[in-house]
Amino acid sequence: MSLAAAPAAISANELSEPIDLGTLTLAPDAQYVQLSNGMDVVIIPDRRAPIVTHMVWYRVGSADEPPGKSGIAHYLEHLMFKGTENHPGDMFSTTIARLGGRENAFTSNDYTAYFQQVAKEQLPTMMRFEADRMKGLVLSEEVSAPELNVVLEERRQRVETRPGAELAEALDAALFTNHPYGDPVIGWPHEVAALTYQDALDFYRDHYRPKNAILVVAGDVDVAEITALAEEIYGSIPDEGAAPVRERPPIMPIRAKRTVELTDERVREPYTQESWLVPSYTTAEDGVAEAIDLLAEVLGGGNTSRLYTKLVREEGIATSAGAYYQSTAFDDTRFVAYAVPQDGVALQDLEARIAEVIGEIATDGITELELRRAKTNTLSAAVFAQDSQSTMARMFGAGLTTGSTVEDIQNWPAGIAAVTEEDVQEAAKALLAGQPSVTARLLAPATAE
Amino acid sequence: MKMLFAAVFAVALSFGSAQAIDIEKVVSPGGVTAWLVSDDTVPLVAVDIAFERAGSIQDPEGKAGLVNLLASTIDEGAGDLDSVGFQTALKDNAVRLSFDGSRDHLYGNIRTVSTSVEEGFDLLRLALTDPRYDAEAVERIRRQIVSGLRREENDPNAIVGKLWSRTVFPDHPYGTPSNGTEETVSSVTPEDLRAAHDNLIARDNLYVAVVGAIDAETLAPLLDRAFGDLPAKATLKSVPDVQPAMGLTVRQEVSTPQTAIRFGGPGLEREDEDFIPAFVMNHILGGSAFSSWLFEEVREKRGLAYSVYSYMAPFEHAAVYGGGTATRNDQADQAIEVILAQLNRMATDGPTEEQLADAKAYLTGSYALRFGTSGSIARQLLFLQMEELGMEYIEERNGLIEAVTLDDVRRAASRIFGNGQPTVAIAGGVSG
Repeated sequence: MSLAAAPAAISANELSEPIDLGTLTLAPDAQYVQLSNGMDVVIIPDRRAPIVTHMVWYRVGSADEPPGKSGIAHYLEHLMFKGTENHPGDMFSTTIARLGGRENAFTSNDYTAYFQQVAKEQLPTMMRFEADRMKGLVLSEEVSAPELNVVLEERRQRVETRPGAELAEALDAALFTNHPYGDPVIGWPHEVAALTYQDALDFYRDHYRPKNAILVVAGDVDVAEITALAEEIYGSIPDEGAAPVRERPPIMPIRAKRTVELTDERVREPYTQESWLVPSYTTAEDGVAEAIDLLAEVLGGGNTSRLYTKLVREEGIATSAGAYYQSTAFDDTRFVAYAVPQDGVALQDLEARIAEVIGEIATDGITELELRRAKTNTLSAAVFAQDSQSTMARMFGAGLTTGSTVEDIQNWPAGIAAVTEEDVQEAAKALLAGQPSVTARLLAPATAE
Repeated sequence: MKMLFAAVFAVALSFGSAQAIDIEKVVSPGGVTAWLVSDDTVPLVAVDIAFERAGSIQDPEGKAGLVNLLASTIDEGAGDLDSVGFQTALKDNAVRLSFDGSRDHLYGNIRTVSTSVEEGFDLLRLALTDPRYDAEAVERIRRQIVSGLRREENDPNAIVGKLWSRTVFPDHPYGTPSNGTEETVSSVTPEDLRAAHDNLIARDNLYVAVVGAIDAETLAPLLDRAFGDLPAKATLKSVPDVQPAMGLTVRQEVSTPQTAIRFGGPGLEREDEDFIPAFVMNHILGGSAFSSWLFEEVREKRGLAYSVYSYMAPFEHAAVYGGGTATRNDQADQAIEVILAQLNRMATDGPTEEQLADAKAYLTGSYALRFGTSGSIARQLLFLQMEELGMEYIEERNGLIEAVTLDDVRRAASRIFGNGQPTVAIAGGVSG
């Protein structure tokens, strides 16, 4: 006997309709304030659990490094755990651990961020330590030299044991011409090996200051209380300098078609990846980045996308295929389409099909149903993101360090909702179809030509 | 309307710094039990489920990777919906559904926006009670798994994990890679998957945890809708308990600049009275992210590695401790020596009072962080049910850690490290 009532909300094989998620605002309660010394603050209340995520973001990443010093932003991030005059050695980390907190840090092309997650009563302590670390770092040869070896081991673990990661470095170098996005965040090995703690301190003094920093607090907090506390603790750090200017050479769009190939005996599964230079949320005209987001979803987001449907399901020439848009960047960024060949299929054939599938969107556009599906799926990600205070903190931190405002991020769902079929078609036409790209191929010796 | 559900048992539990959590035990009219934390602050619902002992240990001889393939194919079409139809229904209703086979258990979870909860449970029901395992879908997903296996073939970290497992468990399912090999995965047929599905997925090995914008009254009938048609009993093959082999050293040469290292041996079962002391001890040895002995000696002082760690893993059929690191080829022997010296130091000297106090402070203070998101709360609720720890464990757990003494830690350490060397697996290039 069946216990299930089964009034099937999901019935036969008729295609269902994408639900309308309505008008969404990301973190509607988020507040932005600027402290008296020019430091930015974002507070994102989430009072479900008595926990807070405390992050300080610096508007500096590997793309802001001086020539010849690749990896210095990331090496400095490691050295930031070596202690200050007021809190020598690992006193900060020890304190966090004794309070039952978690911590870590990360570096990207455009930003460097430090975070702790603690019980809400400990937030002022975290703020005092982190504020002290903005100016008080003390380094020595003794603590810095082993850390350089740690970074080189990190590089071996992340890059040198993985042919795919080595190919990605070559691809970046080819795609971002005349621009530091072409250099790896972790740095080129010979330059990393030559870095000194003095280099790190120079970089630190140039970039770590209130006007170049953003405090993001997410969790069980009262906005007024934290604003006052932030003014007291972070606002009192003097910063007489001018507002920082991030000047990088322009990325040169070059007309030539470029191909990078890595043939490596360790490769057992080849793949191909097509990359285009496209605007980011920061550099795009209004609405364009949102259209690219949805183009990525329609073209290659998951296993009902056009690329997956055609190359994997229908034609069986690829074992997987998709596309993505790396939307958050201070300068222009990349749009990527990729495919992994079924045994015996040439990478060139996949590349040709990828170009054709993109060409179809550029020529014929997408359907109204496809667009609504893409919107529902993209916007539901925004709903799910709100379950995690650290995800929200990261979203706002990454947005603000790359040039977005709090309102931009809050209203991102509205921007997605406003995209039309024509916008998506235009993005495919203007940015991808027939536009110069970089092809990256990972090859096993046997399949090399 | 009257109470639709048979029983609700609710407790408010507090832990950490005045944090409280209200857990309800919901029993549906059909007898399906779920633990629920109802909170509509965020408009979503997280459901975590598990089928106990239905993990990769159930893979038939010669078909390693079957459960992993099953977990990846279960959402590839069910009932009248083929793969595209099912995947589209998920997306259109803003439902995320995924399954994951671990060594011991088969896990599943759904995340829905609050307006799609019914649809989420219906799609879960379809996948669990009427999955299709169409030949096309099985072949497509199989090929993607094989692709992943090939990618791991020359990756020292993946190689060393498998090498260690098969050395420590030579004649046991734990020694077999849970994702299988290209050969074993290729031998699995859609019929194998259907048969396994019928055997592994039932009401008597099901656990359910629900967190988010749903109340007990709404949840109860949905539990019957999703799980009521499952078979009453799972048919599971019995798996013997096993002792991990100690004291062996095995090497595999890989063309790579960095050598990956794994070490480990017999640990303690969760029921063992020294398990909590061992858990605290492990935090000091290599569990802590930035202050463990291994971190200090391997990374901070010597710069030998980016990551170094240790763990305690009480599996269903074996208790294990283990750990790992990766270092430049010519430093591999040195790294192993440094690690073994720390295990020995733990067995002979043990930690200081201060180190123990710090570890206890961290482990008790950070417990609340495990309850920070709907998803993480659901995972905790599922874990407490499966380990039969009871809801009260949330309140008791920190007390158990507080009670650990230096003698307890030393005793646990000497039981784990004092009876011989760990088995060490090394995968890397030739040094020099």
